[in-house]
Amino acid sequence: MLENTDNILEIKDLVVEYRTDDAVIHAVNGVNLTVKKGETIGLVGETGAGKTTIARSILRILQTPPAKVCGGQIGFQGQDLLAISEREMRKIRGNKIAMIFQDPMTALNPIEKVGAQIAEAIKQHNSITQSEAEHRTGDMLELVGIPRERYNEYPHQFSGGMKQRVVIAMALACNPELLLADEPTTALDVTIQAQVLEMMQELKQKLGTSVILITHDLGVVADSCDTVAVIYAGEIVEYGTADHIFRHLTHPYTIGLFNSLPKLNSTERRLKPIKGLMPDPTNLPAGCTFCERCPDATERCVAQSPEVVEVAPGHLVKCFLAGVKE
Amino acid sequence: MAALLEVKGLKKYFKSGAGQLHAVDDISFTLDEGKTLGVVGESGCGKTTLGRTVMHLLQPTAGEIHFAGRDISSPNKQELHKIREDMQIIFQDPFSSLNPRMSVSAAIMEPLLLHSKLKKADIRVETRKLMDTVGIARRFENAYPHELDGGRRQRIGIARALALKPKFIVCDEPVSALDVSIQAQIINLMLDLQEEWGLTYMFVTHDLSVVKYISDDIMVMYLGQMVEKAPSDEMFEKPLHPYTKALLSAIPTPSLDDKKERIIMQGEITSPINPKPGCRFMARCQYASKKCEQPQTLEEAAPGHFVSCCRYGELG
Repeated sequence: MLENTDNILEIKDLVVEYRTDDAVIHAVNGVNLTVKKGETIGLVGETGAGKTTIARSILRILQTPPAKVCGGQIGFQGQDLLAISEREMRKIRGNKIAMIFQDPMTALNPIEKVGAQIAEAIKQHNSITQSEAEHRTGDMLELVGIPRERYNEYPHQFSGGMKQRVVIAMALACNPELLLADEPTTALDVTIQAQVLEMMQELKQKLGTSVILITHDLGVVADSCDTVAVIYAGEIVEYGTADHIFRHLTHPYTIGLFNSLPKLNSTERRLKPIKGLMPDPTNLPAGCTFCERCPDATERCVAQSPEVVEVAPGHLVKCFLAGVKE
Repeated sequence: MAALLEVKGLKKYFKSGAGQLHAVDDISFTLDEGKTLGVVGESGCGKTTLGRTVMHLLQPTAGEIHFAGRDISSPNKQELHKIREDMQIIFQDPFSSLNPRMSVSAAIMEPLLLHSKLKKADIRVETRKLMDTVGIARRFENAYPHELDGGRRQRIGIARALALKPKFIVCDEPVSALDVSIQAQIINLMLDLQEEWGLTYMFVTHDLSVVKYISDDIMVMYLGQMVEKAPSDEMFEKPLHPYTKALLSAIPTPSLDDKKERIIMQGEITSPINPKPGCRFMARCQYASKKCEQPQTLEEAAPGHFVSCCRYGELG
């Protein structure tokens, strides 16, 4: 299934819809994405862009209905994750692919000891005894900087940053090959965010895990990602190495995102927001999804959806103007 | 320029099972008319409590508040009514701070119905004017909050705060719940309003790049205390308190070239219940020494630049 053995995950033409009685929400519209071994890829975009839906499709934990995967393939270790049985999926979920959820306050069971919650994940995927599982849980806690003596404490006895460490320990407990981190630091203070990002960086080096990092914070991307995919209205509009994208912003949406950030060294009195709002996902425009907000939109952009252009090796942009303007 | 707001030794303690929770502990500052004071700190440092206590949404435990030359430390009912007109607040979460059963125009009209002596018809005119001011199209007049996106909801929150033509607005994380492209629209709106209406803001946030952008002065809080206060540019160029330095170094910047040395603090903010008399940051501070166990005093290190650290001079 995988065309390239350096790739751990290959998503092809993924389409996901949410169907309700009166509307169809086009959440993910033909996403192609590859994750190489050991790399961290950042999925960046605003609320409702479809970032979390992509991650949840990979693990097949979308709530169905209303969600429906309407097309595409997700290749992982020679299998199409969308085609295998639920039984096989269970062997992968939490074991080879694990997820860190956004909000550590709600991701843990409040009435179960944190140690037991981690041990449960280990026992699910390995045939080992209770005491072995407990021992490994202790190791995991220490790995994320929590003393193993806290095994028997409950989530409410931990602060927000500590809870997120527990969630990370749980995700890493089975030594996954791919980690999906959905806004892992958004609910945390900057100082704690710095601690958690630093720790994830170290763990990644130690364990060689590939990471899909979902975030809306371009600062976090600059800090931790090798590759970036900018998502807008369910499509990847710009894709490439962090290095190339940050130095050669090309899609008008990416440029707009950067311009709207308050700069620490700017002296200007006004920010430059992107005008307007994201299009209604139940009624996407026929042409480019960004055309209504784009300062450079032409008639062609309104009528036709642009093809993906490779502006530099590995740097893909879904825009008619890409490569033309420079 | 005259000080619009003067706060002296303000304290707000809450009773808790284990003792007194020192949410705001002896904070003093002045804020000039038309200026913005940014208040930053981690969650639980007391920044929201400070904003709410200043405008009497919470009763202060001790301390003085002077507003526009009047002492409003312990107002009676009539005085409080007047304070509500002059001091307003914009809340953090536009999803939960609006009544889901009130239409846009009803929500904006509400403060006018309670406070102004205008006739019903004039109130309608005034409501439409407010909608224009904050940039909500007329067609949303009868819409309900659930029909609107976060940016528009926050515009309603701003319109409500502006309705009584206040002098001073506490902005409690007004853009934290919004996406960056929308966040920029709202910040620009708030800056425009400040210029046109001569508003004074107290801008409470944990987002340091936003606060740099919008503030004239910045106050850094830690466990209920002010650890540093300085003009905005100076705070970012020459931070003196070890906590401020660590906080500033932790901001992730969206640039590959600007890789700064990051100070990773150990541990997290400690409990504000019955704190010890010494420096409250001591447990996480890499420079902590014996001296730090003594109570810290606020010193003016440079004109307008205050710091509460006994070792700031040696640290450079």
